[in-house]
Amino acid sequence: MIVNGERTDVAFAPYKTLLEILREDLNLPGTKHGCELGECGACAVLLDEEPVLSCLVLGVECDGRKVTTIEGLVSDGRLHPLQEAFADLGAAQCGYCTPGFLVTAKALLDEHPNPTREQIREALAGNLCRCTGYQQIFEAVEAAVTRAQ
Amino acid sequence: MRIIGTPRRRVDGRAKVTGQTKFADDIVLPRMVHCKLLRSTVPHARIVRIDVSRALKHPGVYLVLTGKDFPIPYGILPVSQDEHALATDRVRFIGDPVAAVVARDELTAFDALDLIDVEYEPRHTFSTPEESLALEGIAADSGPTQNQIHEYGDHGNIHKVVSLAFGDVEKALAGSDQVFEDTFFYQGSTHLPLEQHAAVAARDPDGKLVLWSSTQTPHYVHRALAKALAMPAAHIRVIATPNGGGFGGKSDPFNHELVVAKAALLLDRPVKICLTREEVFYCHRGRHPVLMHFRTGVKRDGSITGVHLRTVLDGGAYGSYGVASTFYTGALQTVTYHIPAYHFQGCRVFTNKPPCGPKRGHGTPQSRFGQEVQLDKIAEALSIDPADLRLRIMERPGTLTANYLRVTTIGLAECIRRVVQASDWTNRFRKLPRGRGVGLACSSYLSGAGLPIYWNDMPHSGVQLKLDRSGGVTAFCGATEIGQGSDDVLVGCVAEVLGLDPMDIRPVTGDTDLTPVDLGSYSSRVTLMMGNAAIQAAERARELLADAVGRKLQIPKSRLVFADRRVFDAEDPSRGVSFAEAVSSAEALFGTIGTTGSYTPAPSAARFKGGGVGPSPTYSYSASVVEVEVDESTGWVHVPRVWIAHDIGRALNPTLVRGQIEGSVYMALGEALMEEQEFRRLPARLSNALVHKFPSMLEYKSPTTLDMPEIITELVELPDPQGPFGAKEVGQGPLLPVMPAVANAVYDAVGVRIDEIPVTPEKVVKALQAKASGKAPRFGPMRFPEVPWPETLQVPPPWEGGDGRAINAPARPTAVGVGPRES
Repeated sequence: MIVNGERTDVAFAPYKTLLEILREDLNLPGTKHGCELGECGACAVLLDEEPVLSCLVLGVECDGRKVTTIEGLVSDGRLHPLQEAFADLGAAQCGYCTPGFLVTAKALLDEHPNPTREQIREALAGNLCRCTGYQQIFEAVEAAVTRAQ
Repeated sequence: MRIIGTPRRRVDGRAKVTGQTKFADDIVLPRMVHCKLLRSTVPHARIVRIDVSRALKHPGVYLVLTGKDFPIPYGILPVSQDEHALATDRVRFIGDPVAAVVARDELTAFDALDLIDVEYEPRHTFSTPEESLALEGIAADSGPTQNQIHEYGDHGNIHKVVSLAFGDVEKALAGSDQVFEDTFFYQGSTHLPLEQHAAVAARDPDGKLVLWSSTQTPHYVHRALAKALAMPAAHIRVIATPNGGGFGGKSDPFNHELVVAKAALLLDRPVKICLTREEVFYCHRGRHPVLMHFRTGVKRDGSITGVHLRTVLDGGAYGSYGVASTFYTGALQTVTYHIPAYHFQGCRVFTNKPPCGPKRGHGTPQSRFGQEVQLDKIAEALSIDPADLRLRIMERPGTLTANYLRVTTIGLAECIRRVVQASDWTNRFRKLPRGRGVGLACSSYLSGAGLPIYWNDMPHSGVQLKLDRSGGVTAFCGATEIGQGSDDVLVGCVAEVLGLDPMDIRPVTGDTDLTPVDLGSYSSRVTLMMGNAAIQAAERARELLADAVGRKLQIPKSRLVFADRRVFDAEDPSRGVSFAEAVSSAEALFGTIGTTGSYTPAPSAARFKGGGVGPSPTYSYSASVVEVEVDESTGWVHVPRVWIAHDIGRALNPTLVRGQIEGSVYMALGEALMEEQEFRRLPARLSNALVHKFPSMLEYKSPTTLDMPEIITELVELPDPQGPFGAKEVGQGPLLPVMPAVANAVYDAVGVRIDEIPVTPEKVVKALQAKASGKAPRFGPMRFPEVPWPETLQVPPPWEGGDGRAINAPARPTAVGVGPRES
């Protein structure tokens, strides 16, 4: 598979999930887990640009496909505008759900560069955050849009 | 001030948005092995036999531990040392750890759990407080001591029962114009942090023990390890990794921490455990389900004459913080409103369920809900606007309450005025079309517990600063970053005093080897206590630097300003040196530069037994208005908007303050509308066992992005002399008024009282049906159980000449074991 733009060869037991392979075999611990049952959204990554829950995807399904994790959001040593906005505006408190929110929000902005508040809510509805109450997350996504323009 | 009060990126913001914050489960060490716990499958039983021989033979298994490896009990409170890392002879709830397997990987450990044979001899299961209170009756067949969940406590299955009177409440009620009597129920809920508890233990190269853990209280875990493993504390290092959310759920020392510590010592290799989500539900320590009864006397003008409050807490299977939780259900009523005579009776019972403990608001949301809903009823009966009523009865600043809590500043009146104005309350209350409504409620909360968990005279928080010639400053403190921003508070306070940018300062926190003790991230104590300690340490460092720079530049010390990374003459800013030069000068003059600061709360005015719970250096206040839309056919309650004002004293970093308030509103709405830690009996043909109804995130409902209303936040800044730069707490207080405001808004919308949390569609429909059939338009508990209350401790309030001491000394219950009832 192609992980964060790099061709990656990895051997693993066939029952392993993408989440386990990222964290345990590829040394990419930025992707988190909150339930391992597809309930919380903490393990979201992009698979061929689409957000997926990596705890529900088997590694063997990812052969030759593009995987983007939180570690792949920084490019040329610069944070993605979403990362800057999340850090500045209090959208990350404990930071545990943050990687999942960020990649999901990136997929949203890649498809809708100027989303409405409702579209943001809808896109992030599968990601649970117990710290923020979401409001500062919505504001950060909107600020990232403004900053990118 | 340049840093304090300005919204800014938190010091650890970059780490969090790049996924580089290192949580406990992100730690991977060479030769690391993995641990899994076998948990009880029955709710209450004696362990007859455990056979681990098959598990030990399983390929890849290195070690199997059972209760006999952990003979010494522990527990967070000195009075409740009732836990063992693994069950010794009894299991007390489904999920109670019985054995541990350590193997080469998680899967092998998990497989080997099935190979452990445990024989249980069932005991009676107590599923409710009523059942536990009726212990004596149930015990006829097998003898009470066999069924009793613990062999300590006040008696039978009662863990703690208290009765405190401050003044003559019966006389006060008799002299009232009206007495209101209400029974409320507040369901239990759990913290549900996104991060599951995880821990890694290892011997360091010198053979000493290191434990990394997602804990809010590394200092207390340190003590528990030393005790339960019978090791010198100096040979144990506990490192609190940043918590992926805590909310109180990571404040106890936990079984899994002791197990991996012991395993690492025995195997001499690193051992990791990460709990599954289901196991996190069993760790629990969440909100106690509380049944409460309020009798409140009022005069026609709304003023309160006296309150008699009784609470029964369903404690679950272990003590945890339960004794404190019990007192907290009755401690802060008087801090919010002026209550001239107050009688509090609280009773916590053991049941065969995961232990309850401190969840955000610790013991206070339950009775806050009851009191605020009852005040709504009182306001209506007296034809007084609910906001106006609260303005009339709120406690006065600078007073000592009936139960000897010292109140400093009170921003509540301003909070009420702000939410009333922002929500257009006057034009909407009782004036919206049917199905829509608004409700109001208020609250107060501690800014740090005035007393530590264990008795000692030492500081509650210590900060150490290291400055060197590079201009770098490192701030060391035992405080624990659980997402609330404690690292940012630490560097913010130091940066303000030394004139640096917060990003110039490196925080080193939550490490018992490196950092001075801070008691932990609980009771909303960190900002106030660590903040004051940080200011003291930074002022001492500034003094040294000012001395050196003053001598060098021949400027009086008092004229030197520390700002923008420089130290300069206030009268001629061009005369000065860089901060790094200032440190170099000081280092040349005084040697290596390091300072310390510490904070100890002032002694409490309360000198009666039980007076240790409630005192705080200062209290925060909040007011909230909630708007609801209620669908009368389905009972569905939709919340479009919440207004909340919080008396923060001063906002150190307004971005984080707002985050805490909005996060509190979020958690409050979850509790108000959907969250329940619920249990059910399996059918008899299975086992009739008492099981958690839904130990998964899918079925344990918590609000998503689609459920959250718009939140309008107002900060009331009235700097408090006790707080660092005037700051009070914000982590817990703003949660409290929201639940009752929801219930009060539902009444405004459809005219029914839901005297129970959560306010579910089913309850709304039932109340509407009751109303339609001419019955009381209400859903809620109908009765309060019989409790064998002890003799009341009589403490005359300050205005009756009291000195904070009790005037009688009731005999303590003799019993360990089942004594006669003392009613």
